[in-house]
Amino acid sequence: MVETGKLSVGLRDFLQTYPWRRIDPVPKASLSKPISECNVALVSSAGFVVPGEEPFSDSVRGGDYSFRVIPDYVDVQSLEESHHSDSFSHAGVEADRNMGLPLDPLHELAAAGEIGSVAPRHFSVMGAITAPNRYVKQTLPVIADLLVEDRVDIALMVPV
Amino acid sequence: MCTQTVGLAQATVEERGIPTASITMLARITAKIRPPRALAVPFALGFPLGEANNRELQTAVLRQVLALLERDDVPVLEKLRVKVKV
Repeated sequence: MVETGKLSVGLRDFLQTYPWRRIDPVPKASLSKPISECNVALVSSAGFVVPGEEPFSDSVRGGDYSFRVIPDYVDVQSLEESHHSDSFSHAGVEADRNMGLPLDPLHELAAAGEIGSVAPRHFSVMGAITAPNRYVKQTLPVIADLLVEDRVDIALMVPV
Repeated sequence: MCTQTVGLAQATVEERGIPTASITMLARITAKIRPPRALAVPFALGFPLGEANNRELQTAVLRQVLALLERDDVPVLEKLRVKVKV
């Protein structure tokens, strides 16, 4: 765990005073089959975009709440990061994009038969959203629709 | 903010009937947000899978995140069991 004492004073104060959204009640969906038969998708908040696509904006008030589709066939290392927060080190994802979107490890698990399959597309958002209303009302329902359309059984979410 | 951004995504997707699990580097914040299932890792912000190009560690983390899907006692907030140098 990152103890908050190790964080910068500004970030620590922010984390302590920001009105975090409390999920209540906590929704619960259950697996309909063993994990080894499940189709798995990833959702990353690392702000990745496929080369040539529009990067996430740093000028949207409250945070860019849009999303990008990451096709599964993409070379994960080719993704461009456009996360604008300076509250974390970008060195990890710069050195290895799997740190924010672990596509290669996920494919290893599929090849080993530990999961059934990898979904045809994954989803990227930019995590620095301080005013999440539009993200919750406009963006997330669309991502959920696409996951349903792809018959995804498990969605794994990775923050940075 | 990523912690909340991911947690809210879990809530929406889970409500649509697809079970979810996430990684968190800020377990105390995750405990406030209460996503259905999260794995607390002892890594710095920006390093959710632990270490760049360390495929063995990354896969081990992912494997434990996946295992959370067998839990129905939400919200689940479990610590990483893999031994790592931090």
